[in-house]
Amino acid sequence: MNAPMPPQQQVTNLDVNVSSMGSSFPEEVLEHVLSFITSHTDRNIVSLVCKSWYDIERWCRRRIFVGNCYAVSPAIVIRRFPEVRSVEVKGKPHFADFNLVPDGWGGYFYPWICEMAKACPWLEEIRLKRMVVTDECLELIAKSFKNFKVLVLSSCEGFSTDGLAAIAANCRDLRELDLRESDVEDLSGRWLSHFPNSCTSLQSLNISCLSSEISFSVLQHLIARSPNLKTLRLNRAVPLEKLYTLLHRAPQLVELGTGAYSAEIRSDVYTNLTDAFSRCKELKGLSGFWDVVPSYLPALYSVCSRLTSLNLSYATIQSPDVTKIITLCPNLQSLSVLDYIEDTGLNAVSLSCKDLRELRVFPSDPFVADANVSLTEQGLVDVSEGCTKLQSVLYFCRQMSNSALSSIAKNRPNLTCFRLCILEPRAPDYLTFEPLDSGFGAIVDHCKQLQRLSLSGLLTDRVFEYIGKRAKKLEMLSIAFAGDTDLGLHHVLSGCDSLRKLEIRDCPFGDKALLANVSKLETMRSLWMSSCSVSLGACKRLSQKMPRLNVEVIDEQGDLDSRPDSCHVEKLYVYRSVAGPRFDMPSFIRTMGQNPAYRRKKKKADP
Amino acid sequence: MDQITSEKHLHTQDLNLKATELRLGLPGSESPERHINGGSCGGGGMKNLVAGAKRGFSDTINIASGTWVFNDNGKSEVNFGKNGGFLGENKNPNSMKDGVVKSSPKHANHPQVSVAAPATKAQVVGWPPIRSFRKNSMAAKKTKNVDDPNAEIGSCVYVKVSMDGAPYLRKVDLNIYSSYLDLSLALEKMFSSFTLGQHSTLGSSENPLMDFLNGSEYVLTYEDKDGDLMLVGDVPWDMFTGSCKRMRIMKSSDAIGLACRVAGQSKTAASCKRSIQRCNTSIL
Repeated sequence: MNAPMPPQQQVTNLDVNVSSMGSSFPEEVLEHVLSFITSHTDRNIVSLVCKSWYDIERWCRRRIFVGNCYAVSPAIVIRRFPEVRSVEVKGKPHFADFNLVPDGWGGYFYPWICEMAKACPWLEEIRLKRMVVTDECLELIAKSFKNFKVLVLSSCEGFSTDGLAAIAANCRDLRELDLRESDVEDLSGRWLSHFPNSCTSLQSLNISCLSSEISFSVLQHLIARSPNLKTLRLNRAVPLEKLYTLLHRAPQLVELGTGAYSAEIRSDVYTNLTDAFSRCKELKGLSGFWDVVPSYLPALYSVCSRLTSLNLSYATIQSPDVTKIITLCPNLQSLSVLDYIEDTGLNAVSLSCKDLRELRVFPSDPFVADANVSLTEQGLVDVSEGCTKLQSVLYFCRQMSNSALSSIAKNRPNLTCFRLCILEPRAPDYLTFEPLDSGFGAIVDHCKQLQRLSLSGLLTDRVFEYIGKRAKKLEMLSIAFAGDTDLGLHHVLSGCDSLRKLEIRDCPFGDKALLANVSKLETMRSLWMSSCSVSLGACKRLSQKMPRLNVEVIDEQGDLDSRPDSCHVEKLYVYRSVAGPRFDMPSFIRTMGQNPAYRRKKKKADP
Repeated sequence: MDQITSEKHLHTQDLNLKATELRLGLPGSESPERHINGGSCGGGGMKNLVAGAKRGFSDTINIASGTWVFNDNGKSEVNFGKNGGFLGENKNPNSMKDGVVKSSPKHANHPQVSVAAPATKAQVVGWPPIRSFRKNSMAAKKTKNVDDPNAEIGSCVYVKVSMDGAPYLRKVDLNIYSSYLDLSLALEKMFSSFTLGQHSTLGSSENPLMDFLNGSEYVLTYEDKDGDLMLVGDVPWDMFTGSCKRMRIMKSSDAIGLACRVAGQSKTAASCKRSIQRCNTSIL
């Protein structure tokens, strides 16, 4: 929640005008106007206009987005927006995806669901990312909201298939159940049979993260009685031989995630599959493709011309097979692949997929230094040249050069998201052995709309100077193994006007830059620094200077209370909050500025 | 210390003008002259670059006062002698341009590798930045395919470790440990905070896990690929890492029946407990 509380009200001419306007301008009209304003930022701004607009806005707000679950108190949020229908909350810092955030860190959904269960009986949608959701939470959802429709759990954890059974059994109007990449305690596949026969409302089901086998007949029956099913993402255990029966029952599918794409090579299986795919005239997106047997790939050729989204990033198929499919997809907008595609395949993409907006290339063998495939910077350069609508790039590779980066930047000034991961930390320009400062400098120079950037390779303070000067629209920056001195961090904090999220690991950034830019941190959602050079003392000073920041120090080595101020902290997470410090942390996390005795007392007091 | 060792290696390389494949620095870190020659390693340019890069590495290690490797304090984590760089050595990057590079067997390229377990390798936590779901998917695929002991090299498999009564699970990457001792020390650190309250006397600090296990009522068990609950330590380490899906620190009283079943004979409760202690001893 970005908006602070409304300003103190003083009687001014403006207020007088507004209130007289208010009397001839019924609330209902304003509400109606506001219903067209959906962006969270805009709604927040509307609420700041004056007290009456604040009140009207809060009563008609239907969707809320909380980017950091600890920035606000759930009770206060729910009290402010009693008619909310859709809640989206994010928990752990992004680096939790890479195991940098220790277990037990927090991000519990329970306090939120408690408030919502009490106060929002009409809640319809919950979307969570990187939060800890227990079966108890799911049970509460299942029994508290009569109209519950949408549950999206993205990279969440803490629940089991028992909790899913509760959702299936009780949410009569469930439209969307999406478990994308969550870590589910998969006890069995039986939960799916808890969907009652009367449940026909499903539009979207994503169970791709589950490992257990589900009863195929239960799945089949569920699909058959869900005429509005548009998105179906199966898990690996669903056998390819039987996929055709599911497709027969859901020819209206728009997005399909297959299970394992392998079976014994049999002509009847092949024919059935080909036939089934050809009936899916609405299909626009494909994903899944674990364990691909290439002989079965032609079965889906008939849908390729309509595809706008293709995710082959689990498909360990070689370049010719990948390339063949992709060249049949002229309407592709989003493509995810493994680096098996190689430069030749990406060259083909640049020629065939003129509508491409988003490209993600993942490494097939990230932990070996030897390149196992011929994928270099050239592939990305080609795509940047040929795909004029390209906006978003995630690219893992083993070599990069300043000249390639510069070409990419010049080719594609419309890039909004550029994430490059050169696998070896601190790898220089492989041609000149220089740092990649000028290459990334070119990116931020040309791509003026860049909102998200991830750096890698050998980088000095200079690249941060470029970023600070030029990346004015940059909102999220990820830095690893880069920079020389505090100056690097200072450039970023003092220069990037739009910065909201900054995450840094293994960089020689320390106290000076942090303490010189304390007020910047309150304009951002959060800052993560791990394995850097920030001292405990600096964390304490930061916390003293900025009372509305939670300065959380994570240190699994031992007792923080007895450490000298000069010692470096393992990990630091700083975020603005109107909720004050949290008390649900494990013992190795401390909020600076908190009296330890008070903390222990508060921890005991809170349930 | 690491810096000295690596510079020593570097000097050795100066004398080897053949295209030895052991690298201590970064891929592509060759001086221009060598580039023209068609690329052999070693030499002045590289030394400077590597030294420069090394400063960064060692600075980071010192400053962080932690280690590269997850939860592995004080061990030789980024072992430059063993692997070179963090990923292991790299071939001449020129060869990459010619087409698909054939990955040569790793051991042939490690002339200086000491007798270390090939299955584990120093890895930086969270790098490259790939989500667990993807890592586990790829790892699952590898274990499916081959019985080749090299198949799991470099892969990273997180298994959950739960402890009866603890407020949350931990996840550990088995591939970063090379023995049961390593693992047990790491686990002891992770879970000691949960037990301090219960067991104030931990005995000698030399073998804290042993004390902990003996003095307390806990044993270390795991669930294998077939879903069976086993005592940790029963099988050779490599077999364990390949088959362990999940670990559980459970109360001895719950585990006694397990030991009896595993032994395949009927035993008295007391001798079962002795078996468990023997298992724990063999771990440590």
